[in-house]
Amino acid sequence: MNRLNHLFATKKDNLLSIYYTAGYPALNTTVDIAEALEKSRADFLEVGFPYSDPVADGPTIQNSSQQALDNGMTLDVLFEQLKDLRKRVTIPILLMGYVNPILQYGVERFCKKAAEVGVDGVIVPDLPMYEYESMYAKYFIDNNLINIFLVTPQTSPDRIRKIDELSNSFIYLLSSSSITGGSLNVSDSIEAYYTRVKAMGLKNPTIIGFGISDNATFTKACQYANGAIVGSKFVKLLETENYLEKIPAFIKSIRPVK
Amino acid sequence: MKYGVNEQGYYGDFGGAYVPEMLYPNVEELRQQYLKIIEEPDFKAEFDQLLKDYVGRPSPLYYAKRYSEKYGANIFLKREDLNHTGSHKINNAIGQILVAQRLGKKRIIAETGAGQHGVATATVCALKGIECVVYMGEIDMERQAPNVARMKMLGATVVPAKSGSKTLKDATNEALRDWIANPVDTHYIIGSAVGPYPYPDMVARFQSIISLEAKKQLFEHTGKELPEYVMACVGGGSNAMGMFYHFLDDESVQLIAVEAAGKGVDSGHSAATTFLGKEGVLHGSRTILMQTDDGQVVEPYSISAGLDYPGIGPQHAHLYKIKRAQYASVTDDEALQAGLLCCQMEGIIPAIESAHALAQLEKMKFKKDDNVIICLSGRGDKDLDTYVKYFNY
Repeated sequence: MNRLNHLFATKKDNLLSIYYTAGYPALNTTVDIAEALEKSRADFLEVGFPYSDPVADGPTIQNSSQQALDNGMTLDVLFEQLKDLRKRVTIPILLMGYVNPILQYGVERFCKKAAEVGVDGVIVPDLPMYEYESMYAKYFIDNNLINIFLVTPQTSPDRIRKIDELSNSFIYLLSSSSITGGSLNVSDSIEAYYTRVKAMGLKNPTIIGFGISDNATFTKACQYANGAIVGSKFVKLLETENYLEKIPAFIKSIRPVK
Repeated sequence: MKYGVNEQGYYGDFGGAYVPEMLYPNVEELRQQYLKIIEEPDFKAEFDQLLKDYVGRPSPLYYAKRYSEKYGANIFLKREDLNHTGSHKINNAIGQILVAQRLGKKRIIAETGAGQHGVATATVCALKGIECVVYMGEIDMERQAPNVARMKMLGATVVPAKSGSKTLKDATNEALRDWIANPVDTHYIIGSAVGPYPYPDMVARFQSIISLEAKKQLFEHTGKELPEYVMACVGGGSNAMGMFYHFLDDESVQLIAVEAAGKGVDSGHSAATTFLGKEGVLHGSRTILMQTDDGQVVEPYSISAGLDYPGIGPQHAHLYKIKRAQYASVTDDEALQAGLLCCQMEGIIPAIESAHALAQLEKMKFKKDDNVIICLSGRGDKDLDTYVKYFNY
């Protein structure tokens, strides 16, 4: 069983996922950060591979992506870094990035390589469902690689059903229609959206992302979903000195140990 | 149309709508509505009336006598520079503001390179009393300062794009981010024949007035149904798409698109996309773009802000791949010399973008009776600083 599905089968709530950009702040920090996050009890990870034009990202992740590119990060370098990943890290890992670098690498080759190093799934915000289904799904399925779809407050119920059909792990619920790095503002309409999605009784678990930055927003998100993802706030921690040592306290500040 | 878009939004291998889920509802709403809207009699009537009374269409097809003698063929200039706001960009801006109104949108965003599309958008927003925000690369704001002032006078907010190369591609990224954050009340008026489907098709349709008129006007001038050549400059490719549109199915007509070679195709400072690019995804469509082996978008360069873009529209990528159109390239120097020549031989100061198309005349081998139509997409007032510096006037 895919590590991600195993996780969701055994743990149903308060799941915490952390996003960070591979190659940032320094080129060879990718696996060190993953290891530190696992030790600090993060449940699963999203490792971003950088792109020059990340339209769904706010300034923090844009900056980390540019820095990672300047540091020399490419998909080839990343897969080389992840070669021994599974000797050091056991929690599920997703790769997250934009479609163009994958197209240049070759979709089939990318899927094979990702599976080979022990990656469990992929999030590609600008790969549409139609293109995924008609052209690429076979490579994902052949390699037991999960593709994660996003849902926003504007996604129609019909489309959510379709996404639920196509998904076989979890659905990524965006806290609002925004780019990354905003703040979670749980207005009545957002609350209604969470409630609406929850009431649909989807077969896949849901994880809320975008705007989750502290215990309050994490706790709020977990009322409606199986867990939440912290991205920009963690990337900001990586901008500081001795960030590896600060990771345990960071995780505790988001999800205190009971 | 043989070379038109299919139901999935593709031109052969190119096109589609590669947008994050946050943009899906906006793009989907447009996809479902745009043809219905632009085929309504009420829409057509208002569009035609504004093009006539407000833009000043039809734009003349001018027989350039001295050019014709010099190049040994009948050279006609399609005078989009005489449009209100000074370029072809107004055709699309009028069309899209009417679509936005009918979709009930209350706020307009746009990206701009040279500022011509920003000015056109600010203009139609003033005309309709709708809020307007224009994203423009910080570097472009410097080199096209008069257009920044124009947009502000017209009531638009101009937001500098400070990421990446600080030019058109980054302005487009910022506009997309704004649209993600404002999905319900905002319409994004894309200025070129680029972006996710249905934009490339919608923009091409609004610009197709250029070739519709030119075809009729050529007949009036010459009694001939078709020219031998149709030429236009290409950044994203909206004036070229408009200039080619009604000639696409006339296979005898040679279509020549002229890209900006910058300091030379192999200089590392160029925007000649078909020469330097590979297939990939940029700004929501599968197309040809300048990129590294790792799929990172390469910063383009051209002295012309309107051509300084690392991709081309998906329909152009298709026409290039199947060889229906030829793609040439012209350097900064060649374009500026051609711009000056146009001033001195025809009394017209062209935009540096349009001067790229004119420069290609030097490289063509025409037969004596060939009829050649060139799209003079914009006027050069906005480029005076660049011309003045280059020629030391």
